[in-house]
Parts: sequence; C-alpha cells; structure tokens
Amino acid sequence: MDSGKVIHVVFEDDDVLLEAVKDIRQNDYHIEEVYTPFPVHGLDKAMGLSGTRISIAAFMYGCVGFAVALLITNYIMIEDWPQNIGGKPSFSYFENLPAFVPILFEMTVFFAAHLMVITFYLRSKLWPFKKAENPIKGTTDDQFLVVLETTDAPSKIEKYLRELGATQIDFKENES
Amino acid sequence: MDYRFSKHLKRGSIICILIGAIAIAYGFWTTPKTVEQAQKKVASSHHHGHGSTSHDDQIHVDQNHSDDDSYQHATDKEKHDKHGEHVLHQFQNKPWAAVYVSALFFFFIALGALAFYAVQRASQAGWPIVLYRVMESISAYVIPGGMIVFLILLFSVLGANHMFVWTDPKVVAYDVIIQNKSWYLNINGFIVRSLVILLGWGLYRTLVRRFSLKQDEDTALAVNYHKKNFKLSAGFLVFYILSVSVMSWDWLMSIDPHWFSTLFGWYVFASMFVSGITVIAMTTIYLKSKGYLDFVNSSHIHDLAKFMFGISIFWTYLWFSQYMLIWYSNIPEEVTYFISRFEDYQLPFLSLLVFNFLFPVLILMNTDFKRTNYIVIVTGIIIVIGHYLDVFHMVMPGTVGDQWSLGFVEIGAFVFFFGLFILIVFRSLEKAPLLAQNDPFIEESKRFHY
Repeated sequence: MDSGKVIHVVFEDDDVLLEAVKDIRQNDYHIEEVYTPFPVHGLDKAMGLSGTRISIAAFMYGCVGFAVALLITNYIMIEDWPQNIGGKPSFSYFENLPAFVPILFEMTVFFAAHLMVITFYLRSKLWPFKKAENPIKGTTDDQFLVVLETTDAPSKIEKYLRELGATQIDFKENES
Repeated sequence: MDYRFSKHLKRGSIICILIGAIAIAYGFWTTPKTVEQAQKKVASSHHHGHGSTSHDDQIHVDQNHSDDDSYQHATDKEKHDKHGEHVLHQFQNKPWAAVYVSALFFFFIALGALAFYAVQRASQAGWPIVLYRVMESISAYVIPGGMIVFLILLFSVLGANHMFVWTDPKVVAYDVIIQNKSWYLNINGFIVRSLVILLGWGLYRTLVRRFSLKQDEDTALAVNYHKKNFKLSAGFLVFYILSVSVMSWDWLMSIDPHWFSTLFGWYVFASMFVSGITVIAMTTIYLKSKGYLDFVNSSHIHDLAKFMFGISIFWTYLWFSQYMLIWYSNIPEEVTYFISRFEDYQLPFLSLLVFNFLFPVLILMNTDFKRTNYIVIVTGIIIVIGHYLDVFHMVMPGTVGDQWSLGFVEIGAFVFFFGLFILIVFRSLEKAPLLAQNDPFIEESKRFHY
C-alpha cells in the first residue's frame, strides 16, 4: 500500500457505479472509500463491507432504557412519593403496571434512538464543525467518487476505468 | 408450473374434517338437556373450578346476562332455579361457541389474507406479485367460510342457542341498556348487515380473482386488468375497513351487549390481518418445500416475516390501548369485560400476550431469523395458536362463562375447520398457474432482493 498511487475515479450514475465497484473488486484493486450523494442500495455488499452491528447496540440500549424506566417509575410513583393513580392508590408497582407501560415503551424507544445516533456519530467520527472529508464537492451533488489504490501503470488502469464508465480520473500521489 | 394437490394432503384434510365432525357431533350430543343435568355436571367438575369462584354460595357476577338484576328480589329457591337455568344455557352454548370460534377464526385468516392482497393491489406494490396466487387461494375460503359463519349466526339469533343474549325478548324486557341499543342491535338489522357485509367481501374476492386470471390469458389487455384490479381493491379497502368495524360490533362485541370499546374493530382487524399474513408465509414456505414457487426467494419471506413482526406489535398496541383505557377509567360496564377474563380465563387471556407479542417480537427481531424458513414456520404456528385464543377469549366469556374448557369439542371444531380450510385453499391453488402472468411489475417481483 505504501508505494501505491491513489486514484480518484468519478462516476455519474449509481447503477454504473455499482457495477464498476463489483468489477474493480473482482480485479483485485483495493477500494479505499466510495463517496456518494445518497445511499446507494447494495453498495455496502458490493464493497464487501461487513454488516452493521448497530442493531445489536440498539437492542442493548433499548434494554437499558427499559430498565431505567422501571427504576424511575418505581422510585417516583411508588417509593419516594406514592401517588394516587386513577383512584388506585395500591402502593404496588405490579398493580399499577398498566399506567407505566407507555412510559416503559417511550423510554425504551428514547434510549435506543438517541444512543444509537450518538453511537453512529462516534463510530463514524462525526462531530459539530468537523471539516468535510469528501475530496471533491461533486459527491454532495451528482457525482460518485471511488478512491482506489493501485501500483499498476496509469495508462492501463485509465483504459480499464474508462471502460467501466468513469467520467473523470485523477491520479494523486500517495502522501503517506 | 401448476400445483397438484398431493394425495396425502387431501386425505389428511378429509380425515381432519371427519374427526372434527365426529367431535362436534359428540359435543352437541353430550350437552345437558335439563337444569338438573347441568347442575350435576357442575358438581362433578367442581375440582376443575377456577380459583375461589364457587357456584353455590356466590351469585354470578355476570353483567352480560342482565336477568341477574332480578336476583336481588328473588327468594333463595328462585335464585337457585335462575342460576341453574343460566348454567344450563352456558352448557348449551358450549358446542355452538366452540364451532363459532373456529369458524370465525379460519374465516378471519382468509379475510385477513384478502385484505393484505387488496393492500398490495391498491398500493401497486412490486415485490409480492409472485405471491398473488397464494394470497388468492387463501382468500378462496372467504366465500364458503363466510357462508358457514352466516349460518351459525342465523341459527344463533333465531334462538337455537343463547350466545347472543340481546336476541332474547325476556332479557331485553329487564334491560334498559340493551333497550337503548335496540335501534341498532335487533335481529333483522343484524341479519341484513351481516348479509351485506359478506356479500361485499365475497363479491370483491370473486371479481379480483376473475380479473387476475384474465390478466394471465390476455397479454394485450394485461395493463387494463391491472388498473381495474387497482381501482377495485382501493374501493374494497374503503368498504372493508368500515365493514370490519360493523362486523366486529355485531359478531363479537354484541356477545357482551353491555360492553363497548371504540377501537374494537381495529383490534379485530389487527388480529385477522396478522393471522392472514402468517398463513400466507406458512403456505408459501410449505409450497417451496414441496419444490414449487422457485421464483420466491428469501427476500419475499423476509418481507412477510417483517409484516408478521410489525402487525404483531400493532395488535399488541391495540390490545393494550383498549385494556389500559378501560382499566384506568374503571367504568362498571366496561371493566366487567376484563374482570370475567382475568378471573375465569386467566390462562388463555394472559397467554395471548406471550403468544402474540413476546414470541413474535423476540424471535422475529433478528434479520437472519426472518429469512430462515423453519423459524418463520415455528413463529407462525405460535401466532396462529395465539390468534385462535384471541378469538376464543372474545367469544367464550360472554357465552359459556366459567364453564369453558379447551376440550374435545373446541379442538374438534378447530380440526374440522382446519381440514376444510386446507381442502378449499389447496384446491383453489390447483386451479390456476402458481405464477401470475403479465403483471406490469412481475419482473421487479421476481428480482426482488433486499
């Protein structure tokens, strides 16, 4: 990877991009990253990325939210200051459970949703005022950029990429 | 590729029908004919009683049977007679209610599948076209099943049993609440409404199937039939969502005529919708396992399983919304509904939540499980049993009270209608190619992948 060249390849159609990515990987070129203006269906599989584990995290966050909701409803409504719930001052959590179910549900969703978003930000290293990483601005509009690394001769690789439907090819020297 | 109804399956379904018929006949045969027999039966099965409820020293706290009011003025002797008669009616209702629950349950499956099919047609969804024939075949049961349900209802309101207490003039005479409802809740209105609703559903199913078959034959007019079915289905859904509410008030809610719940229609709808989708998934997987439907891939199963998962949660949402509002407001007419279920029906009532919510949610939450055939089948069986219990707990408390059981007649009736359902659905599958042709979205459906 050290002596390789970095190539910025631009496509202008998501279907062409998808086919090209499959082909590039089949020819054993290393794709560093793909920048797209919108999520392209099936691109993650074509790039060979491993599946997301955020759903597992979401489940655990939901469980945390459920537990927190259990604790706070019990503490607030039963232990700390027992309250008359709809004429049912039974001072028992279980007997008043139906009243707490919406809170249990909402807190589960709240925790799962918010912690999931925060996890996503942390995992993808996003934070406020972060500088954009996309090398060309067109990837927020109508261009699809594939960054790939190779040691092949430029003329050969350029011909190959043109055949795949690339509209623009820039060779960059690898800085590192 | 056409489906051929295998000999084994056909024989199996006919055996189911025969066994079920014998069980039902036995149930009717052993029903107590007199008050004395009924009381003897109660006494002999006393150990089987539910909790602390004892029949001798406790007046029936059953708001549904409003002749209870007169208990207060009656002498002990009269009280005893009245109670005996009440128990006799419950025993006489039992085989009827058992047949009614199963007839209704399998009818709901077909109707749920029909509604699901109509949603796909009306939304012009691309993915499910390869499943159209399966859905059409399951909905074939709507017409014969609807006829059976209608016959049971007709006999019931005309006095063959005491399932619908509001049809009894003696009860109505003492009951102001039912009297106030009688502008709606009367026998003629009931029969007319049931007929109109059933005819509407049957008509849609007949027409949509006819156009769907014509679309197969006629390549040139295929898009026309597609549009026709689109309009027909959209119209049907409007009719359906209104008529399903009316149906649920008449056929289920009026069993407990004092009780009311405004979201009951949606609750019944959610129950039939999820059962219908589940049976579509199970039938599809069964056919795939027999080597048919090779154009159905795991993404189609995945989508059906997502619906099973989602509508199960929807059902729970409605179940809980209904329960919580009634629990909170604590109005006597409303809470008796749940009190009778908690006291006499604890097991089926509480297992509803386990079968219809906990199992589907926990099992089908995982993406890979939704694509695994045997897991979908296992979950499907749980959901189907759960929704049978759902219909069971809607009908039984108001008809047989605490004399219920999941015994010979109940299981026999289930087996009978199961056999009939299989026979009709798979015969309908045989009648047309398994892949609907010429739909504009057929290629999208075949290549559907997630």
